[in-house]
Amino acid sequence: MAEETKALEVQKQEITVSENGERTRECMCFIPRADIYETDENIYLVVDVPGTDENSIDITIEKNMLTLNAYIEAEDLDGYGLNLNEYEIGDYQRSFRLSNAIDRDKIQASVKDGVLRLQLPKAGEAKTRKIEVNAG
Amino acid sequence: MYRRYRIPTVWRELDRLQRDMDRMVSSGYPSYMRTAPSFPALNIWSNEDELIITAEVPGINPEGLDISVVGDSLTLKGSREAEELEEGARYHRQERGYGNFSRTVQLPFPVEIDSVNAKFTNGVLEINLPRAEADKPRKIAVKSA
Repeated sequence: MAEETKALEVQKQEITVSENGERTRECMCFIPRADIYETDENIYLVVDVPGTDENSIDITIEKNMLTLNAYIEAEDLDGYGLNLNEYEIGDYQRSFRLSNAIDRDKIQASVKDGVLRLQLPKAGEAKTRKIEVNAG
Repeated sequence: MYRRYRIPTVWRELDRLQRDMDRMVSSGYPSYMRTAPSFPALNIWSNEDELIITAEVPGINPEGLDISVVGDSLTLKGSREAEELEEGARYHRQERGYGNFSRTVQLPFPVEIDSVNAKFTNGVLEINLPRAEADKPRKIAVKSA
């Protein structure tokens, strides 16, 4: 069976300055790539945030917005010059609007090897129900 | 952009300024001209004795990484697996790639193959490559005749 692949993108996307104001940290900030998929019970969010660990990620929910902020320690190799620079290092920020159907108290997050995984359980009413189709 | 020379440390700030200017100016160009030829993007740092190569490879299995050095070129191969989904899962958004990758890059100088080591932390791969002894610059004494 042929292995499925999806192109591994290299280019990082920088955030645009919004009307809410600029960031106070001086380093660059990128929008991390995310996969979102849904099962009957949960919505899963998988985000690529290389260079961060559980201590440098902030996840906040305000009203309906889930905001991810991941902070990087600037890597500055003293005494070394740079020969090739294909990517820049910076913080990550991304926001998602949640529907009311998420049970906020039971959201779980874990990070491993630079990949953040969020599990958002659906609240009771939103769980997928099978609808019986009767012969009419 | 690839340079075979190394920017001296005293000029790092100016170099950073130059790169920022390059980035601003080149934002009009199509993006394929500015990026790495293939995954993963690499940063190569060097000094007289050593090279450090860093790459952002989140979510890959470090056991499956194949780093090989031949002369003055380095090849990095590996793969990233797709997420295992449960039965009946549906995608809303799929931005992260997966699959095999392979990247070969020319190094500024030959390296000591036996002393190359690599570490993988939080999705960032860092490879240390010391310069080959035979390649290190040697002082030549000038004798007066």
